[in-house]
Amino acid sequence: MASHEEIITTLRGRFPDLKFDARPLLAGGATTADQHYIRVEPGRLVEVMTFLRDDDRTKFEQLIDLTCVDYLNFPDAADRYGLVYSLLSITHGHRLWVKCFVNDPSPKVPSVVSIWQGADWMEREVFDMFGVVFEGHPDLRRILTWDGFAANPLRKDYPLRGRGERENYQVVERDSA
Amino acid sequence: MPKHEYDPHSMSGDDILTTRLDELVKFFREKGVNWARKNSLWPMPFATACCGIELMATGASRYDVARFGAEVMRFSPRQCDLLICAGRVAIKMMPVLQRTYIQMTEPKWVISMGACASTGGVFDTYAVVQGIDQFLPVDVYVPGCPPRPETLIEGIMAIQRIVEKDGIIPSAKRGKGMRLVAQPTYQVGVPEAVGGNHK
Repeated sequence: MASHEEIITTLRGRFPDLKFDARPLLAGGATTADQHYIRVEPGRLVEVMTFLRDDDRTKFEQLIDLTCVDYLNFPDAADRYGLVYSLLSITHGHRLWVKCFVNDPSPKVPSVVSIWQGADWMEREVFDMFGVVFEGHPDLRRILTWDGFAANPLRKDYPLRGRGERENYQVVERDSA
Repeated sequence: MPKHEYDPHSMSGDDILTTRLDELVKFFREKGVNWARKNSLWPMPFATACCGIELMATGASRYDVARFGAEVMRFSPRQCDLLICAGRVAIKMMPVLQRTYIQMTEPKWVISMGACASTGGVFDTYAVVQGIDQFLPVDVYVPGCPPRPETLIEGIMAIQRIVEKDGIIPSAKRGKGMRLVAQPTYQVGVPEAVGGNHK
């Protein structure tokens, strides 16, 4: 089991041009010493993720979770959408969080489905809820809201009660049933 | 002595047979087929949330909805005539509920069980239907979050009153909206322990 310092040193050795900006995770106001996240720019994401999965020292076989945070009106936030990748190495038993920031008007990140198959539906959920486009995804459709839904509900500027979607929903008649 | 004022202990088998059949025909003439129908409701459980747990409790032995002839819950709408919508309905689920209702055989009735099915409840969000009566003709609204089995049984008894009174009017001719609300008809005392005056 490698410590996070070792993992980040390994990464810096392989990608000397990237900063990674490693920081400890915050948990309930306190920092936890053994959990870190790194930042990767969208252009280099697939390259870094492939290395993290394949290298013997890191060996992150599993993508635990892929989600997104909308940092609209968040104090001191430079970027709007923060994609969060939670990685787990079954071989070594260590974890790492990777963050990737994108912005309006057309937030785009490369898809990691080619690296972890399980990213498929998680990327579709982020696409549905935040409108972040995953380039290279094999089947990028909405997954939770219905066909014809026009908004991205988990964006902070979306009203809780919606914009009339629930009021204007179709009524199924006997002929159309 | 008229034939129906009999003393059962002094009658032969033939008398009982003919007399009882007579009474039975007379009974059905007076009460109609609706009497049989109201005592043999076949619920279609559409349980999407915690109200479904109370619906199961209503069907189980302690509350025993079989006492009201409504114990045969079928999971095919083709075999049912009482839709019990228990729980919140997401908008993506609404076409399923509407198709379930359409597939049920006439005559049919609908119970909207609980706050969420009736009004959306606390889920005042973009994805939840704010009352299934926007899409279905609801006969009885059962209040509660979730309603206790007694309240649901009161709702089923309200349906029975509707069946007895309205009979077999097809659902398309029935209006939308509230007809009978399942509330206890008696005064409910508030115990002293929680600030009431009931001992």
